[in-house]
Amino acid sequence: MKISADHDVCIGAGMCALNAPQVFDQSEDDGTVVLLDPEPPQELEQQVRRAVQMCPSGALKLQE
Amino acid sequence: MTKAMPRPDAVTLPITRQTPFDPPGELGRWRDEAPLRRLAYPDGHLGWLATGYDAVRAVLGDPRFSNRVEIAHVPLRQMMVARDILRFPPGMFLRMDPPEHTRYRRLLTGQFTVRRMRLLEPRIEAIVADRLAEMAAAGPPADLVPAYALPIPSLVICELLGVPYRDHERFQRDSATLLALERSEKEKLAAFDDLFGYLGDLVRHKRDEPGDDLLSGLAASGELSHAELTGVALLLLVAGHETTANMIALGTFTLLRHPGQLAAVRDEPGVAERAVEELLRYLTIVQFGPTRTATEDVEIEGRTIRAGETVTLALAAANRDPARFDRPDELDVRRPVAAHLAFGHGVHQCLGQQLARTELRVALPALLRRFPGLRLAVPYDEVPMRTDMNIYGVHRLPVTW
Repeated sequence: MKISADHDVCIGAGMCALNAPQVFDQSEDDGTVVLLDPEPPQELEQQVRRAVQMCPSGALKLQE
Repeated sequence: MTKAMPRPDAVTLPITRQTPFDPPGELGRWRDEAPLRRLAYPDGHLGWLATGYDAVRAVLGDPRFSNRVEIAHVPLRQMMVARDILRFPPGMFLRMDPPEHTRYRRLLTGQFTVRRMRLLEPRIEAIVADRLAEMAAAGPPADLVPAYALPIPSLVICELLGVPYRDHERFQRDSATLLALERSEKEKLAAFDDLFGYLGDLVRHKRDEPGDDLLSGLAASGELSHAELTGVALLLLVAGHETTANMIALGTFTLLRHPGQLAAVRDEPGVAERAVEELLRYLTIVQFGPTRTATEDVEIEGRTIRAGETVTLALAAANRDPARFDRPDELDVRRPVAAHLAFGHGVHQCLGQQLARTELRVALPALLRRFPGLRLAVPYDEVPMRTDMNIYGVHRLPVTW
C-alpha cells in the first residue's frame, strides 16, 4: 500500500490526521497534509482507506 | 415581457418539516426517484436540486462548479437579501473560488488543525465545567440554549479569535439577524453594518496592541487589508457559534428522545466520538443549501448541467441516502463512522470542523454525566424549532433534572 499526497490540492480539513494519525499529520503553517509514512503497514489499511475516502479535496491517492 | 413557461416537472425547494428531526419528506421521496431534478428558483431561473449522496458529493468536489455569490441563484426568496449583503464585503472567502479562496483559507487552516484542537481541549473542558457549575448553582429548570449550548462555542471562538466575550449580546444578536430567513433588508443591513463596524474597530485595535490570538496574528502578518481582515473576522465569528450551538442543543434534544442511546453516550467510553458523527449526519443542520453554479457544461449522474445553471445541494437528503447508509432514517450512535456531508465536501468543506467535533465530543457527554436525570421541562412538541433560520436547531430547550 503506497500513498501520495498533493499539497497544492489539500485544503487542510484534517480528515486524514483525524482518521489515521500514525500516517498523516498537518503542517503547523497552513494545515496541509504531512505524510508521515508513505508506505504504511497492512494493519493500518482500514484507517488509511477511511482517510482517503473522507478527504474532501482529493489530495490523497492510494496505489495498491 | 413574457415569462418562460414553468416546466411541469420543476419543483420548488420544500421548507416544511413534518417531524422535528427529519428533513422535509419530499426531499427523501425525490431522492429515491432520482438523484437530481429540476428546481424552479424564485428569480425565474430553472436550475437543479441534488438529493442523492453521490450527486451532491460529485458537485461539491468538482472545480467546474463555482461558489461565487455573484453568479449564484438562490433557492428561496427569503435568502435573496443575505445574498445581496454578502456580495460586497471583501474577505468573504466562503463565496470565492480558487485561487482567491485558497489564499484566504491557507492563512487560517494552520489554526484549526487536529493537533491544535487537541491542545485546545483542556480549555474547552474548563469552559464546559464552568457552565455546568453555573447551571447547577442556578438550579432547574433552565433553557439549555442560553445556559449551555450557545455560550460554550461562543466563548471558545471569542478566545480563539480574540473577541471580547463581554460584547456577546451584541454580536450574537447581529449574527442571529443575519441568519434568520424572515427579516427585512433594512434589518439585515443594520445588523451587518453594526457587526462589520464592531469588528473593524476591534481589528484596528489588534494592529496597535496585538494579543495572543488569531486576529492579532493575522493583523501582524500584513497579508490582509483592513477590510479583508474584518470580513474574515465576521465570517469566522458568525460561523463559529451559530452552528455548534445548534448542534449541542438539537443533539441533546435528539438524545432525550432516544434514552437508550443517551445512556450509551453518557456511560460508555468511546461512544461519544461516533455519536457526534452520527448526530451530525442525522441532523444535518445546514438546511437550505449550499448551492454551486456550473461554469461549463458538466455531466453528473447522467444529467447535463449547463454552464450558468445553479444546483442546490440538499445535504440532509444526501446524508439519509439508503444507497450510502444502512437504515438512514434511524439514529444509531454506534454506527461505524462514514463520510457524511454535514460539513460539506470539496475545497469549501467547513474550516472549523475539527473545532466543532471537539466541542461536541466534550460538551454532550459532560452535560449528560453532570445531570443524569436531565429531561425536557415541556412536552416535546412544544419545543420551538428553528424552521425559520438558515441553520436548523431549537430556539429554546427547556430542561429540568
